[in-house]
Amino acid sequence: MSLGTKKRAQTRLAYMLVLPATLLILGIYILPILTVFGISFTDYSLVSNYYEFVGLENYRHMLADEAFGNAIVNTLIYASLFLPSSFIISLFLAIAIQERKQFRSILEVLYFLPVTSTLAAMALVWAALMDSNQGVINHWAGAVGLGPFNWLGSETMVLFSMALISLWSVIGFNMVLFLAGLTAIPSSLYEAAAIDGADHPVDRFFRVTWPMLGPTSMFVAVTSSITAFKLFDTVAILTQGGPNRSSEVFLYLTFLEGFEYFNMGYSAALSLVFLGIIFLFALVQALFVDRNVQY
Amino acid sequence: MARLTLKNIGKSFGKTEVLKNISLDVEDGEFLSLVGQSGCGKSTLLRIISGLEAPSRGEILIDGQVVTEQSPKQRNIAMVFQDYALYPHMSVAENMAMPLIMSQLPLHARLPLVRHVAPSARRAKPSMATQVETVAKQLRIDHLLTRKPAQLSGGQRQRVALGRALVRNPGIFLMDEPLSNLDAKLRVEVRREISELHHSSGLTFVYVTHDQTEAMTMSDRVALMQGGEVLQVAAPNTLYTNPVSVDVARFIGSPQINILPVQSRLDGLFLGDINLHLETIGKVSDLQLGLRPEALSFRGVAGLQLQPIKPGSILLPFQKRMVEDLGPEILIHGCFEADPEIEIRVRAQKNTDYGKTDQFAGTHKLQVAIDPTQLLLFNAHGLRIQPTPHMAQSLGEVVT
Amino acid sequence: MSSISLSLRSYAPRSVWSLIGTLFLFLGAWVMVFPFIWMVSSSLKPTDEVYDANFSIIPRTFKGFENYYEVLFNQPYLIYLMNSFLVCCGILIVQLITAVPAAYALAKLKFRGSSILFGTVIAALTIPINVTSIPIYVALAKTGLLDTYLAMMLPFFISVFAIFLFRQFFRGFPDSIIDAARVDGFSEMEIILRLVLPSAVPAIAAFSVFSFVAHWNDLYWPLIVVTSQDKMTATLSMMQYQSDFDTDYGRTFASATVVTAPMVIAFLFARRLFIRGITMTGVKG
Repeated sequence: MSLGTKKRAQTRLAYMLVLPATLLILGIYILPILTVFGISFTDYSLVSNYYEFVGLENYRHMLADEAFGNAIVNTLIYASLFLPSSFIISLFLAIAIQERKQFRSILEVLYFLPVTSTLAAMALVWAALMDSNQGVINHWAGAVGLGPFNWLGSETMVLFSMALISLWSVIGFNMVLFLAGLTAIPSSLYEAAAIDGADHPVDRFFRVTWPMLGPTSMFVAVTSSITAFKLFDTVAILTQGGPNRSSEVFLYLTFLEGFEYFNMGYSAALSLVFLGIIFLFALVQALFVDRNVQY
Repeated sequence: MARLTLKNIGKSFGKTEVLKNISLDVEDGEFLSLVGQSGCGKSTLLRIISGLEAPSRGEILIDGQVVTEQSPKQRNIAMVFQDYALYPHMSVAENMAMPLIMSQLPLHARLPLVRHVAPSARRAKPSMATQVETVAKQLRIDHLLTRKPAQLSGGQRQRVALGRALVRNPGIFLMDEPLSNLDAKLRVEVRREISELHHSSGLTFVYVTHDQTEAMTMSDRVALMQGGEVLQVAAPNTLYTNPVSVDVARFIGSPQINILPVQSRLDGLFLGDINLHLETIGKVSDLQLGLRPEALSFRGVAGLQLQPIKPGSILLPFQKRMVEDLGPEILIHGCFEADPEIEIRVRAQKNTDYGKTDQFAGTHKLQVAIDPTQLLLFNAHGLRIQPTPHMAQSLGEVVT
Repeated sequence: MSSISLSLRSYAPRSVWSLIGTLFLFLGAWVMVFPFIWMVSSSLKPTDEVYDANFSIIPRTFKGFENYYEVLFNQPYLIYLMNSFLVCCGILIVQLITAVPAAYALAKLKFRGSSILFGTVIAALTIPINVTSIPIYVALAKTGLLDTYLAMMLPFFISVFAIFLFRQFFRGFPDSIIDAARVDGFSEMEIILRLVLPSAVPAIAAFSVFSFVAHWNDLYWPLIVVTSQDKMTATLSMMQYQSDFDTDYGRTFASATVVTAPMVIAFLFARRLFIRGITMTGVKG
């Protein structure tokens, strides 16, 4: 076989290898995305076969739609509760666990357990724990003179409760990411810091740990933000957006419009906004990851 | 400037004992190298001196003060790490200012954000900048101050690491294999610079290396370590010419020393079946004879510098096997025609006639002269036996 | 030797703080694990004891056997579990079959369009199912495929994440070994199957865990395409209890336990692999 034919054979093989994947990407990503764009300019609804082109009407409707504003506000409130706490708590847990070599693996397992569990099922457990009358949490809170709280039934509390459950389910995940980042910091840097006189925990943290964790922190922040915007399971199981739409978050609204009210056109427009937000996060990450500290 | 004293330092990690009862004195302004193969405990010892590691036993004194319990910060030492351990997110200037910031500013003035507004931080800033610049000029890295470590070459990083250590004006300067990440050419250059630094600063240096050349060329004294113990502490030349044991003799010197099995009998010292006509130690025992490759010289080979053969030298028949050309000199591998044969390496300087003819044509059988004053004799345990004064006089086949 | 073990003797007060810190860490761990303990404990109790103000881990009246018997044999939970298992396996197998060859080609073979394909993969990484669900749903509805196993698996047949991950992994495989194999007369297929694939086992294992856990726990897509009881996945079955529980609380939490147990137990058996697999989304290019 000559070199040329060998090369051609290799190219043919390459095309054969990527063919199934390429077709599926076309069918599952490219075509649907284009279709979503298309649908978002129509008043398409699954219940009637008749639909027409409405231009930017769906997007205009969004601006006027109280439900949309409500969902955005709810999502932002939820995110502002969930993001800082999930970041800071997991970072401190990771640092504390990292320092305790002998307990590291058992603690890692215990904190990671909620990540593997089925959130839909665990949400039921949380609902029972948070029950306003007979729940264990209120019982304990009462023992120290607090509450009772109406965790899931009150408009002011429900997003806080959602954030709490999400926090529980995601802490282990972020913590493991931080642990990986911490392990990658060369120990000689801490030693150099000790020699330079930076042996106070505060100095160690701000002079070495925090700057060296930069890329990990960025990654955790971005994935957590996307997770926050994807809040769905607990809302669908526990509140269905209630009480009085106070837990109706963005993705849940999109789901309702599309698959409960069958307003496909509007839902498609909402999905694209959702995609835009995720793209934004990805962009932020891409921009910052390039500025990585490198040796 | 400071004097360092180690008293009976021991260190165990679990059940493994890495350091066994080490006592050392490093004089003020002295350059001491800790040298040995990897795993000999030299780095651990350095880390104990620095305070990064606590000894399991023993005491460390700096200028007569016990510092065993003190943190690295309190000991006023500086350390250069093997991988330099520069903070990758800080500029060269910031890296070098770290020790100053840590020693001169209170905790609150070191916090993020606060450090930009705290009056103490603002007041101290200009003087720190001057100190950093002075040291940077001295090391010729003042043009790199705004760069990040990632933008520097290996040699430049090395200098920044030195600068960070120097800027605080330490009592003792510790270095852990600082040249091992540099290429061979740069290594020679930086070696010289470190020596100069030592002379100009007058600081006490403790330098860890596995490379005997580094240790020999730079140090006032070398401590040779093996298996968690110090075998010998001595000036480089003493270490070379007067090793206390076979292990020291083997470690120091390149090409390596020849260690030949010899037997002391009542009628002389035997190399295989060759009687060396040297005085015996009076009883039958197996000994080891150390011969530096340059302690041997050939007779009558063209192209080689003929050292005048000293009176009292012993002549032995030598069979050549292979010649390595080392540039200015050659290393000849061969053996003594004893029974059994004994392999040996001989080093010889070339002269200008080298290469004009085939040096060894027809001279497969050579004669090698051994200078008996350069013989090193070790007992069965590898410990040095001092040659007796009349050894040289009792030779058989003697050159006169 | 790796961590900085500053002379402990001089930091004696710190060990007290360290002890307190350790206690707090275990207290936190207890909070993390408590919902599981409560769930299992409740699943063994009769209804009236589940909400008893005096919570005790050990049930006073043991009704565990009845609760689980009811859930597994009188309610269709075995079918739900089977559905989940089938769907997860189906998804994983197709994902591996499509992603591994494509990743190898992208990593080691030269062909026109490879950079376009890889760019598309990267772009698709950011697109979640929630965005493409409408057209896929409509297409399934038009073809009458809703409420089938195929509908449950279809959107996940290609994992761009797997392609990305395996490509990074294959790129790390030394070219010299591949060249040596070519010189030795291996065909390209043999190189993939006998050299590259075995070396990728750790990555494949980690991805498998990632994929399996993600789809086992997925609520969103089954909620959209599944309508009949006999296609319901274990996770979706939890929707039956939305807002109001089964009147038998013990039984409710027995079913929650049954749904959660497979992943949790698997995690406890292969902790390292799970942690690596699930956090692997942290792999950067």
